[in-house]
Amino acid sequence: MSKKNWPLWEVFVRSKNGLEHRHFGSLHAPDPDMALKNARDVYTRRSEGVSIWVVESKNIKASNPDDNGEMFEPAADKAYRHPTFYELPDDIEHM
Amino acid sequence: MTNENLIQYIYGIADNSLILGQRISELCGHGPTLETDIAMTNMALDLLGQTRSYYQYVAELSPKDITEDDVAFLRTEREYKNVLLVEQPNTDFAYVIVRQYFFDVFHFMLLKELENSKNVNFQAIAKKSLKEVSYHKRFSGDWLKRLGDGTEESKQKAQQAIDDLWVYTDELFHMTDNDKAVSKAGYGVDTTNLKDSYYAAITSLLKEATLDIPDTKYFQKGGKNGIHTEHMGFILSDMQYMQRTYPGMKW
Amino acid sequence: MENMKEKEQMKSLEDIFEAKIARDEKIEPKDWMPEKYRKTHIRQISQHAHSEIVGMLPEGNWITRAPSLRRKVALLAKVQDEAGHGLYLYSACETLGISREELYDQLHSGKAKYSSIFNYPTLTWADIGAIGWLVDGAAIINQVPLCSTSFGPYARAMVRVCKEESFHQRQGYEIMMTLCNGTQEQKDMAQDALNRWWWPSLMMLGPTDDESTHTEQSMKWKLKRKTNDELRQQFIDQTVPQADILGLKVPDENLKYNNETGHYNFGDIDWEEFWQVVKGHGMCNKERISARKNAWDNGEWVRDAAIAYADKQADKEVKEAV
Repeated sequence: MSKKNWPLWEVFVRSKNGLEHRHFGSLHAPDPDMALKNARDVYTRRSEGVSIWVVESKNIKASNPDDNGEMFEPAADKAYRHPTFYELPDDIEHM
Repeated sequence: MTNENLIQYIYGIADNSLILGQRISELCGHGPTLETDIAMTNMALDLLGQTRSYYQYVAELSPKDITEDDVAFLRTEREYKNVLLVEQPNTDFAYVIVRQYFFDVFHFMLLKELENSKNVNFQAIAKKSLKEVSYHKRFSGDWLKRLGDGTEESKQKAQQAIDDLWVYTDELFHMTDNDKAVSKAGYGVDTTNLKDSYYAAITSLLKEATLDIPDTKYFQKGGKNGIHTEHMGFILSDMQYMQRTYPGMKW
Repeated sequence: MENMKEKEQMKSLEDIFEAKIARDEKIEPKDWMPEKYRKTHIRQISQHAHSEIVGMLPEGNWITRAPSLRRKVALLAKVQDEAGHGLYLYSACETLGISREELYDQLHSGKAKYSSIFNYPTLTWADIGAIGWLVDGAAIINQVPLCSTSFGPYARAMVRVCKEESFHQRQGYEIMMTLCNGTQEQKDMAQDALNRWWWPSLMMLGPTDDESTHTEQSMKWKLKRKTNDELRQQFIDQTVPQADILGLKVPDENLKYNNETGHYNFGDIDWEEFWQVVKGHGMCNKERISARKNAWDNGEWVRDAAIAYADKQADKEVKEAV
């Protein structure tokens, strides 16, 4: 007996064309084909989707929250990347 | 061709969906994984949905004032015209998958033809059901490959199921006198034409699944004429329990 | 000295953590969390998941006997949803570093708990109505606040569960309604089901506040928004008028609307029975666990086959690539 369990997969579903694939949840499956089928049966029972991606969870490289300081905080003081940083007269239009 | 011909013909198709749907329903909550459980239940729901469309049409055709539930629950065993294959028990997952695959391949071919029926109701039901059954066929076929070419144990169990269920495949292509009449009128399907491609399809998948074709020469038959295996009585006593115990009530 | 410093660091980490929750920020799986938070969540989410899949069994009982095709597909879809909800919840639990298989082991060995109500038998078709109406009704009261609980994966799973479950209670109430508009036999069947399911449903909302051990901590972590007694009162207040509409009598001689409080007063709950069932002495405890265990054990060769096949296919791909 192999005693090997079905690996975990992450499921991404596009609700309708024009929208991005969004993370819906996860499930277990022995291989990519079955993962896709299971995703269809588990996550689109109420017509929630028109396209599905599955990816084995172990293949996702995730950032570590401990690094959040160096990863994300340096972006916080770059206000000049946002339109509100620039001062324009109130009566100017189309801008 | 009379309405009664048409009704009997519908039983020959719809009762398969009902009884197989009922059989798969027994498994809900008992599957090998939650994912598989959910997938199997989806198939049961598809089949029961198809059953309802057919029986609602029967209720329309019938001279009597009846509903889909009268059709589903209040016939005697001899009046159900499903093939013997679909009433076979859920012995283990291999039986469930083999039974499903043997039926799905046939079901798909039948619906493909029924889509060209002169009868618009048949056309509509077939068109909708085809998408569902196309998925069933893929699901059961894929599983059969996994069981056949999986472990030694799974191969042996799949082979056992194939050997035991093979004898029920030939009946799928039997044409009753009624089938012939309805098919001649352009409403029904002449299933004898499907037989070769059916066995070709099955043989090719079994080969891929590293499983053997049994060399059985004798096949079981009877369901299409209402003569069932002993399993059928138990299926019906479960299914008809409420309607028989409390006649004439609304639920 | 070192030890002191570590303790201080830990304390400040915990303070930051608690402050985050107090600000209504979510905790995600890879975030730092106190060990107690992880353990409590594994326990609660897995209990919840177990309840979903054990809960499939008493209702699953009636799928093959459902009295009409319409009822059959609705019940089948409902029980299937419960499998889905179990799956979402196990997945949420797995983000905390425990596998579904380990969680199953806990269930099968009797180590893990699940909602005791599923240890009561479903004896008539009306029980399917009563479960949908009362048990799902009580479950919704418990679950809706969890949509904004502090642990992200649990909250997200609950949003999905609550959305899908909205038809479950209606399905049950509609069954009861049909029975109550039917023959005397059907009305009796409905009343009998209410008689048997009423008290277990009240118990389902948990022990009284003075008996409940986890409440304070759970409130802080937003695993609970109201106490068991508050939830129970809410359930009774909303359910009694629904019973009135059905023309059914709630089996409690002491049930009476209190004009001063605006709530119903109700009789004593038999907590002795509750604890007996929790301890495994309900009518169906053994059957439920063995049904789950059989499904898992009998499925082992199937799961193994699929893995073996996947390994072979992967080998083939490698060989083809060479």
